[in-house]
Amino acid sequence: MDRVKTSRLTGAEIVVRCLQEEGVEYVFGYPGGAVLFIYDELFKQDKVRHVLVRHEQGAAHAADGYSRSSNKVGVCLVTSGPGVTNAVTGIATAYMDSIPMVVLTGQVPTHAIGLDAFQECDAVGITRPIVKHNMLVKDVKDLASAIKKAFHIATTGRPGPVVLDIPKDVTAAVTEFHYPDSVSMRSYNPVRKGHAGQIKKAVQLLREAERPMVYTGGGVVLSNAAPQLRELVKLLGFPCTNTLMGLGGYPGTDPQFLGMPGMHGTYEANMAMQHCDVLLAIGARFDDRVIGNPAHFAQNPRKIIHIDIDPSSISKRVKVDVPIVGNIPDVLEDLHKLLQGAPKNDLQAWWKQIDEWRAKDCLRYDRNSKIIKPQFVLEKLYEVTKGEAFVTSDVGQHQMWAAQFYKFNQPRRWINSGGLGTMGFGLPAAMGVQLANPGATVACVTGESSIQMCLQELSTCKQYRLPIKIVNLNNRYMGMVRQWQEFFHGNRYSESYMNALPDFVKLAEGYGHRGVLIEKPADVEPALREAFASKKELVFLDFITDQTENVYPMIPGGKGMTEMILSEEL
Amino acid sequence: MTRHIISVLVENEAGALSRISGLFSARGYNIETLTVAPTEDASMSRMTIVTSGSEDVIEQITKQLNKLIEVVKVIDLSEAEHIERELMLIKVRAGQKEREDMKRMADIFRGRVIDVSDNTYTIELTGDTRKLDAFIQALEPGSILETVRTGASGIGRGNRVLRV
Ligand SMILES: Cc1ncc(C[n+]2csc(CCOP(=O)(O)OP(=O)(O)O)c2C)c(N)n1
Repeated sequence: MDRVKTSRLTGAEIVVRCLQEEGVEYVFGYPGGAVLFIYDELFKQDKVRHVLVRHEQGAAHAADGYSRSSNKVGVCLVTSGPGVTNAVTGIATAYMDSIPMVVLTGQVPTHAIGLDAFQECDAVGITRPIVKHNMLVKDVKDLASAIKKAFHIATTGRPGPVVLDIPKDVTAAVTEFHYPDSVSMRSYNPVRKGHAGQIKKAVQLLREAERPMVYTGGGVVLSNAAPQLRELVKLLGFPCTNTLMGLGGYPGTDPQFLGMPGMHGTYEANMAMQHCDVLLAIGARFDDRVIGNPAHFAQNPRKIIHIDIDPSSISKRVKVDVPIVGNIPDVLEDLHKLLQGAPKNDLQAWWKQIDEWRAKDCLRYDRNSKIIKPQFVLEKLYEVTKGEAFVTSDVGQHQMWAAQFYKFNQPRRWINSGGLGTMGFGLPAAMGVQLANPGATVACVTGESSIQMCLQELSTCKQYRLPIKIVNLNNRYMGMVRQWQEFFHGNRYSESYMNALPDFVKLAEGYGHRGVLIEKPADVEPALREAFASKKELVFLDFITDQTENVYPMIPGGKGMTEMILSEEL
Repeated sequence: MTRHIISVLVENEAGALSRISGLFSARGYNIETLTVAPTEDASMSRMTIVTSGSEDVIEQITKQLNKLIEVVKVIDLSEAEHIERELMLIKVRAGQKEREDMKRMADIFRGRVIDVSDNTYTIELTGDTRKLDAFIQALEPGSILETVRTGASGIGRGNRVLRV
């Protein structure tokens, strides 16, 4: 009798029980009318911890950063109406970068849906194009299985955010609770194994390659394929490049690593992508910021092997010769088995060519500058943190310099919004990273414009004692916008100057943190050393940097990979 | 740009239709017609989408459809022998003068007059899209009062079957 009684739960109890069953440590959220029953249940237990952000965008980014840095699902909880709309940017950010998240949104009671009730918005409709899947749960009996499905869908196949919209009356209604052990869906069965015939074809191409190139993206990081990638690339002796989303997929300090490709990629990576005869693309999607103009890319003949979990990523922008749909670690292991013991390709001429490209030293900058160069700050950041920090970033020039100058030897250390390019991502993402990795060194590289987009989260950092180090590259401009205006809009700096900036030191202090202003190159390293020595407090480092510095190399929009603008320094 | 007729088996769930139509508008794919109704298994609906695009676009359409969680199966019917039918109800002017002619025209196209008033006929016509177009072409433009078309439904010929 008793057992039956205790297994009858309210919808709100079910939500919390399901989160516990899934082993969720943290829920990032913000309360409101539609989710009050759920908040009441959170209050009554201490297994699932709630992190109160200061804006729902911050909740989504924090859950996202938590997931990226830990390979666990990020969970957030927001109320109906404005709670959902505030979270939209964060959900879209996660969607573009395929981050597994479960977003629980409150909804007005089922009887009020469609009547323009207070704080009603069509959450499922608004989020439909920016989620992997979403569902409105209309009956408490379906709640547990919907939550199970949400976690299953978010984490399998190509991962992504799932939104569950839960009306308030559903959280109050009572039903028998049973959490399913597994999910089976006839309409959703992601593949794992790659097609054996295709893998054989790939092996053939790889063995015959004279100018091979390995190009990997976020898929390698997301599928935890870094060890397999490393082994394969070492076995083959091929050069390797990682996209902005894929950094850390292959060790950044390894001699076979050519740096990042693309719009702000290295000269050698871009030249090698264009001139290779066999391109092995792994968990990457040939997007416009990487290959630029697909027609230009197609001018050089090459065979392309493309491994991806998502068939729709294959032959989307570039025609592929050998598509392999499958889970990347599995496919790489299969390739490894077949390639082991094969005679080594003679790549002497190819490496000689690559070394010539490398000799351009395309990331060179003025090291004798009297004004702080942003690149210098990032080089020092790398040194001071011994290359072991988790680095989150916002969007702009600072993001590109961080990607160029911080060498990531491990996956899940570089956390940035690559697909959507969301300013405001860096700080809340760093909160998620720090919570997922207590005790780890977490740096948020940002600009004075980006940081102001989610600045309110400094308060959350205080509440949860998150000792994040904010590296603000303060050039008083939306630097990346200014750079485009300099290059392509006749130096007309329309609305890209950041006027009336706050005193960031006082601002940090106002939130109860420490702030430091750094204006001279000689002070950069000591300031970083001092800040990173402190394991307890958040330090806001405001570096006053060169306003005129540009990110090089640069492929202008619509141009080909070899049509790079190089620094005048060269 | 070629015309393709794509069949989709989809879970009969709220929101599935808007997810599919949303996919087409978000990615800029054409929809000429779209029909949907439950199958013999009420938990599943069958959709027929008539679209047009280059080979690459059609490949993406089928891949993107397959990616939707509620989509169970997708085939491009136009890749092989298939049959398509569309139903049209057309109300035409049919006063004393035109009655004879109109009836004869309907007969030629194997249409049926299903409703009659003093000065109108409502004709039911099924066939492939071209046949319905041809019927409309054959009528005096001024004589058409109203047309309703369902959009094409399609099915593979012979042993070609789309089911789970
Ligand atoms: C939410 C949002 N709005 C606008 C943009 C367009 N945008 C891209 S970079 C950039 C400037 C960023 O300036 P800052 O944060 O100071 O970085 P910097 O480029 O100077 O390093 C802007 C406005 C964006 N990416 N995200």
